Amino acid sequence: MSVEETEETPEIEAGVTVEDEVLDTLGDTVQTTEEHLNADASVVVRPDQVQDTLSALRDDMGYDHLSCVTAQEYEDRYESIYHMKQYDDPTQEVSVVVPASKDEPISQSAEPVFRTADWHEREAYDLVGINYEDHPDPRRILLPETWQGHPLGQDYDQDSPQIVTLSEWDNPLRDDHVDDEADTMFLNIGPHHPATHGVLHVKTVLDGETVADVDPDIGYLHRCEEQMCQNGTYRHQIMPYPDRWDYVSAGILNEWAYARAAEDLADIEVPEYAQVIRTMSAELCRIAAHMLALGTFALDVFGDFTATFQYAFRDREVIQNILEDLTGQRMMFNYFRLGGVAWDLPEPREEFFEKTRDFLEELPAKLEEYHDLITGNEIFQLRCVDTGILEPEVAKSYGATGPVARASGIDYDLRRDDPYGYYDELDWDVVTEDGCDNFSRVIVRMQEVEESAKIIEQCVDLLEEWPEDDRTIQSNVPRTLKPDADAETYRAVEAAKGELGIYIRSDGTDKPGRFKIRSPCFSNLQTLGEMSEGEYIPDLIASLGSLDIVLGEVDR
Amino acid sequence: MSSDNPIDGGSTDMLTDTRDARMGEGLDDRFNSRLREALGSSPFILTKFDKFMNWVRGSSMFMLQFGIACCSIEMIHTYAIKHDLDRFHAGVPRASPRQADVIIVPGTIVSKFAPRMKRVYDQMPEPKFVVGMGSCTISGGPFQEGYNVIKGAEEVIPVDIHVPGCPPRPEALVYGVAKLQERIANGESSPVVVKPYELEQFGDMERDEVVDKLADQIDEETLAMRYNWADSP
Ligand code: SF4
Repeated sequence: MSVEETEETPEIEAGVTVEDEVLDTLGDTVQTTEEHLNADASVVVRPDQVQDTLSALRDDMGYDHLSCVTAQEYEDRYESIYHMKQYDDPTQEVSVVVPASKDEPISQSAEPVFRTADWHEREAYDLVGINYEDHPDPRRILLPETWQGHPLGQDYDQDSPQIVTLSEWDNPLRDDHVDDEADTMFLNIGPHHPATHGVLHVKTVLDGETVADVDPDIGYLHRCEEQMCQNGTYRHQIMPYPDRWDYVSAGILNEWAYARAAEDLADIEVPEYAQVIRTMSAELCRIAAHMLALGTFALDVFGDFTATFQYAFRDREVIQNILEDLTGQRMMFNYFRLGGVAWDLPEPREEFFEKTRDFLEELPAKLEEYHDLITGNEIFQLRCVDTGILEPEVAKSYGATGPVARASGIDYDLRRDDPYGYYDELDWDVVTEDGCDNFSRVIVRMQEVEESAKIIEQCVDLLEEWPEDDRTIQSNVPRTLKPDADAETYRAVEAAKGELGIYIRSDGTDKPGRFKIRSPCFSNLQTLGEMSEGEYIPDLIASLGSLDIVLGEVDR
Repeated sequence: MSSDNPIDGGSTDMLTDTRDARMGEGLDDRFNSRLREALGSSPFILTKFDKFMNWVRGSSMFMLQFGIACCSIEMIHTYAIKHDLDRFHAGVPRASPRQADVIIVPGTIVSKFAPRMKRVYDQMPEPKFVVGMGSCTISGGPFQEGYNVIKGAEEVIPVDIHVPGCPPRPEALVYGVAKLQERIANGESSPVVVKPYELEQFGDMERDEVVDKLADQIDEETLAMRYNWADSP
């Protein structure tokens, strides 16, 4: 189905448009309104009224999900865009645009309203150079503290030398405990540590065995993904990069995020046949990603390379083989094209279907085995049940999505709530759990694997029956895409870790003017402090594992 | 003493029985290996000590458990079921650099990480070997033009073997490791390269604009790395 239809409907039905309602609620705070391709309303407010505007929108109109904060620099001004949604209905979207002056880019921080704004605004400061007033912690986040300049700003010189220090970290709580009986100890976890799933650095302060303070220090894998995408042309040069954001074989899910945003921007239709292939391959990726999450979580909780870990990798190999047949690569698929997919299913098709069906057939038995090994294991339960609690309200305030949110009882899945691809034609369920703990997060992932298997099975059925003369894999897309200047869109898909959104602003050329990635892991990781402060240190490791972050996506 | 036989009471009959059975008739040749058979009756092999050490080094490599980016996922696959790097005398991932001989650098190195990687490398005992995995460790790979990306691992530490690919398949990594073993067994070591990026004390750095600007932020004694992006390849 076309993407445009879903957006228009609420406006037409309501009679009073969402924009009117928003204007009503906000009164004279609004300076003007702007065009935004998919937000129902896009309002411009003064930089000192950010908090008022956002809290009005949240409290009076139910926009309780601050999905993305995009900062950018124009010739004459800076701009922060707060993209808001509703957890109950993510198709209700409002963009709040906050311009700031060129000489003194100061804007009010949204952190007191939405906790998630903390990191998002730090990133905006780091990369673009907007200062946020009232921000509790205005440090750089992705680049080292000693960095000079703001790389996504306009007059940044990439060739200027930089100095990066290797210093020891200070215990931030040392002075709090001077006359106390208790003593604190500072502990570095990472950036090279097996339990951090990559190059995350967690500055931890321990009081005895309890965690007194955690501060995830990220940026050890900040590979300038946004810059790379801004330097690439829409048609071909951007698509390889999404594979490298969430690189645990979730590539196709990420490609879909870019494809969806760009197709929306340039108004491209995708043939139905391609949508089915997309849906199938994306769900295969989801299983692979969740398997890795499961395996590494077992690694964190049980330690060392145990059976669960090896089993998970055994199953991933099978999926990777199927995907390799389909796309030609084991990990970096580069399979989507704007307007479809790169090529049709491999010949002979029967063989491919058989292989996929074999995998699906064996899956229930394998999952049973996983349940025996981990979820049914008493030690595992002791470690995971009721540890790392994340209350739904807290999760919402941090903008948590994906399995992390669903394990806290938040029924939010873009595949169902903001349908794309072929999902709304298929029969499957969104999995939620109310436990809010580490255990629920694992269970949600395992059940999602079952749901994904259901989806794949239905897609395989469809593809098998698909009439041979109707197998269009790509629609006609011009070689060079030049969307209208100043068209902007924010589009998200449900990736393995949650809402993966892309903001693109076109500047009239064949390359995006601004390309911003809203990564689910970035938001999810922020909840680590809430989950682990006051808990034991081993629970911190379990919580970190249950968040299932990928540093490539956190740092981008 | 064999432990798989249940021993009851104090009698040692059973033990002697099994030992006799194992030894069989005639000469005791339990300690004879195939190798010895091949070499004839002499229990000695004459070789140069260096050569022997190289052979030992290559045949028992402890890898550092070190993950950076996408390539590390393929590296884990190489360690795990199916590809099983262990089959090639190279499969014991050690979590601590102090116990490792070989470091596989699997991914993109960015400015913030390079000093830490250097530190990890420095902590490994000599002799140590480096396998660069993926295009990122050769040149920065797909991110070569990024403002924050080091243009290859060789800018920071010496690299013995480069395995190209993005990511290299597990088979390619296995091949790379095998090549490394071959080199080690032949006593070859990595070429000494001039590394553009070294850790040095901030106070020792040449004074220029950036250093002046940071002078009140960074302590003289603090170790720092200076990136001259303009001179990068
Ligand atoms: S070479 Fe490719 S797969 Fe490997 S770390 Fe770099 S981008 Fe990732």
